[in-house]
Amino acid sequence: MSLPHLRRLEAEAIHVIREVVATFSNPVVLYSIGKDSSVLLHLAMKAFYPAKPPFPFLHVDTKWKFREMIEFRDRMARELGFNLLVHVNQDGIDQGIGPFTHGSNIHTHVMKTMALRQALEKYGFDAALAGARRDEEKSRAKERIFSIRSAQHGWDPKRQRPEMWKTYNTRVGQGETMRVFPLSNWTEFDIWQYILRENIPIVPLYFAARRPVVKRDGMLIMVDDHRMPIQPDEAVEERLVRFRTLGCYPLTGAVESEAATLPDILREMLTVRTSERQSRLIDTDEVGAMEKKKREGYF
Amino acid sequence: MSYLQTMPPHDIEAHLAEHDNKSILRFITCGSVDDGKSTLIGRLLYDAKLIFEDQLANLGRVGSPGAANGKEIDLALLLDGLEAEREQGITIDVAYRYFATSKRKFIVADTPGHEEYTRNMVTGASTADLAIILIDSRQGILQQTRRHSYIASLLGIRHVVLAVNKIDLVDFRQQVFDEIVEDYLVFAKELGFASIRPIPISARYGDNVISASANTPWYKGPALLDYLETVELDPTDREKPFRFPVQMVMRPNADFRGYAGQVASGRISVGDPVVVAKSGQRSSVKAIVTYDGNLKTAGEGEAVTLMLSDEVDASRGNMLVAPGSRPFVADQFQAHVIWFDANAMMPGRSYILRTETDSVSATVTTLKHQVNINSFIREAAKSLQMNEVGVCNISTQTPIAFDAYNDNRSTGNFIFVDRVTNATVGAGMIDFPLRRADNVHWHALEVNKGARSAMKNQRPAVLWFTGLSGSGKSTIANTLDRILHARGKHTYLLDGDNVRHGLNRDLGFTEEDRVENIRRVAEVAKLMADAGLIVLVSFISPFRDERRMARELMDEREFIEIFVDTPLDECARRDPKGLYEKALAGKIANFTGVSSPYEAPENPELHLRTVGHEPIDLALEIEEFLDRLMEDK
Repeated sequence: MSLPHLRRLEAEAIHVIREVVATFSNPVVLYSIGKDSSVLLHLAMKAFYPAKPPFPFLHVDTKWKFREMIEFRDRMARELGFNLLVHVNQDGIDQGIGPFTHGSNIHTHVMKTMALRQALEKYGFDAALAGARRDEEKSRAKERIFSIRSAQHGWDPKRQRPEMWKTYNTRVGQGETMRVFPLSNWTEFDIWQYILRENIPIVPLYFAARRPVVKRDGMLIMVDDHRMPIQPDEAVEERLVRFRTLGCYPLTGAVESEAATLPDILREMLTVRTSERQSRLIDTDEVGAMEKKKREGYF
Repeated sequence: MSYLQTMPPHDIEAHLAEHDNKSILRFITCGSVDDGKSTLIGRLLYDAKLIFEDQLANLGRVGSPGAANGKEIDLALLLDGLEAEREQGITIDVAYRYFATSKRKFIVADTPGHEEYTRNMVTGASTADLAIILIDSRQGILQQTRRHSYIASLLGIRHVVLAVNKIDLVDFRQQVFDEIVEDYLVFAKELGFASIRPIPISARYGDNVISASANTPWYKGPALLDYLETVELDPTDREKPFRFPVQMVMRPNADFRGYAGQVASGRISVGDPVVVAKSGQRSSVKAIVTYDGNLKTAGEGEAVTLMLSDEVDASRGNMLVAPGSRPFVADQFQAHVIWFDANAMMPGRSYILRTETDSVSATVTTLKHQVNINSFIREAAKSLQMNEVGVCNISTQTPIAFDAYNDNRSTGNFIFVDRVTNATVGAGMIDFPLRRADNVHWHALEVNKGARSAMKNQRPAVLWFTGLSGSGKSTIANTLDRILHARGKHTYLLDGDNVRHGLNRDLGFTEEDRVENIRRVAEVAKLMADAGLIVLVSFISPFRDERRMARELMDEREFIEIFVDTPLDECARRDPKGLYEKALAGKIANFTGVSSPYEAPENPELHLRTVGHEPIDLALEIEEFLDRLMEDK
């Protein structure tokens, strides 16, 4: 009998996480508070048991995350006792950059991509683990598990290293860094199934509840705080919604759903006809959007 | 995740358990450019209703020269996710897709057809169980069909689907199909596949993709998806001998010492005996530790931490194995190597060889032959160019533990990493250890280097002079040699020109021959140092890799690299042998500095600038350096 699917994915991810610690001097986990990050955090706890994960967790805060995400982040750091670093691009704050004033593209570039680059340089991290999956988006489908970034943090798809078997090339040159994706081979469904099986805590926004939303450009945007401008022709309504993916609240659409428990969510997943990233504005704000962002250093 | 399902199940937990235990098939699609690989995967997913609506809608948003207008969807665009791919209408890198049907789970790697991107095809093939090899009905078997079939077999793929595509463009004629199948079977006989399943297909229109097509009544076999769902897979590595490459040693506190890793094959239980592969030390398993509690037994694929009953010495790169069936431990072996890099593989050059957890310095000692992809004929070769496959003897600086690749894909593979660029430049599949690695041991001589050099009242050293032709290497080396000789030191001077008259007279000036030239001289210098001599080596030695190789042959602090730095203009002006005049006139090929590169040392022990300095002063500077070195031993 072969190892069941989820156990195999789990073992692969643990192997990759350990490989990073065995071969890099200063790794970090990019912790974005979403479901994939929660799974990654859980796997990191497993990988080094009985010790704690020997690296910090870095949250690049754009200051536009859902309030429930930030509460969840701080609670997890307290309960699990991991080393949480939070970085905000102060230049962006000083310039008043925001999704409503500058649009999704500039906001994401300044507050996420630039901020991430700043943080990596500030702490001198040589490897950054992240929870990206190949099934999320088609340029991510092309990414290696160990993905080299230039000293300028750029991703060059043509410079990707061949990656055979489980024999990873973890060497980096001066100033270069490695992005590492232990969940590369997981699907959205695997993630939910694993969260259910392992009883992993996640942000409550993933479960259906009545929330104040505005319909805008075909998406349901939640009114998370007073900074959200309401146009004259718009109305805030309470709807039963949940999120399949979490980012900056003005850029992340809610979906109407009654799935209030993990089994409900999994049942919903079996019939859903749209991809999770449909509700992420930054994937579609230009042609080849994700690839362009990745080339500049977004992950 | 796309999921073939129309009604949600009532008992979700039972459904998930069943889902988790489905077998998984990893396959690749390969074949020549434009044979329709991406289209076939797109069709498979589309017809099986495994594509999300927004992803389908997006196909309309992305403009591409290949995009079909109107009703027909360009399915290839589902997979070609990079801008350059959409611009050129080709697949550059592997795309992985995940899907499941009610019978099985699938991971498909859509791999590129272009020869230029063979490395990415190898990436997909290294973990696949089955290959779909596409052939364009109008073209028949092409060079890439052969290359990909060969590589698939080399990487251990045992099952092949021969998808004879675009059958609609030959009017669904059985004769065309039969001829291609026959050609393929003849050609593939040598490749040793366990099964080959030919299917006539139109990826564009969906014939025989998920259901039997009315257009090919003469075809009685299964449709592609049926076949993928039911093809019998080989038994897993769980039944093989126990192998546990040590990934890291966990020592969170004084009471806990465990070996973390992923079981590469076989299984292990508490109480089982194990052996440390490289040292032969024996112990037994005291505990199998995981976050979810200790296990009684663990098998292939599981990532665990093993605690042993005894204090043994096993660090990262070593392997814990079954005592009754041990892997090879050797520093010389034969392997099949696929080369990926634009810089050719040179025998004698030093690379980093990486197995799953081990990393050692290695050189190819002999390139026995390369394999012609079209004829499978072995051809003599001096180097291995990009995308070529060769059979090599490899020597590592320290022994590694391994199995033959045919016996174990996890413990029989390695990659070559370039020491300067850190690029993955080659992939290797180990065939067997070389007998002499087992039988030839260093003869421990009673009169050793220490004794010889003590008698001479000196410390042996290799003074390696490197620089352009005419830079003044030999003049300075000669001057220094005279000084040392006068002081009663025992020396010998190896000069490039002189050695080429004897030991190396069979070598020319190609890159391969230059590498070999330096290798031999370095070995001679090593023997002379072993005899207790101070050896002066005056060679252009233009490549960093070879100088590093020479350095690694010598003992710590024994190798002194001396960069004789003279600008090219000045060398050409001096031109003591009239060589620059000839080279600049195009009469000498591969002349360093003119038609062949010189890689200056980055951290030489001594950097001598000759312009404005007399050779005698520079020689005295080296003497001073040597004296200081001898003092602080």
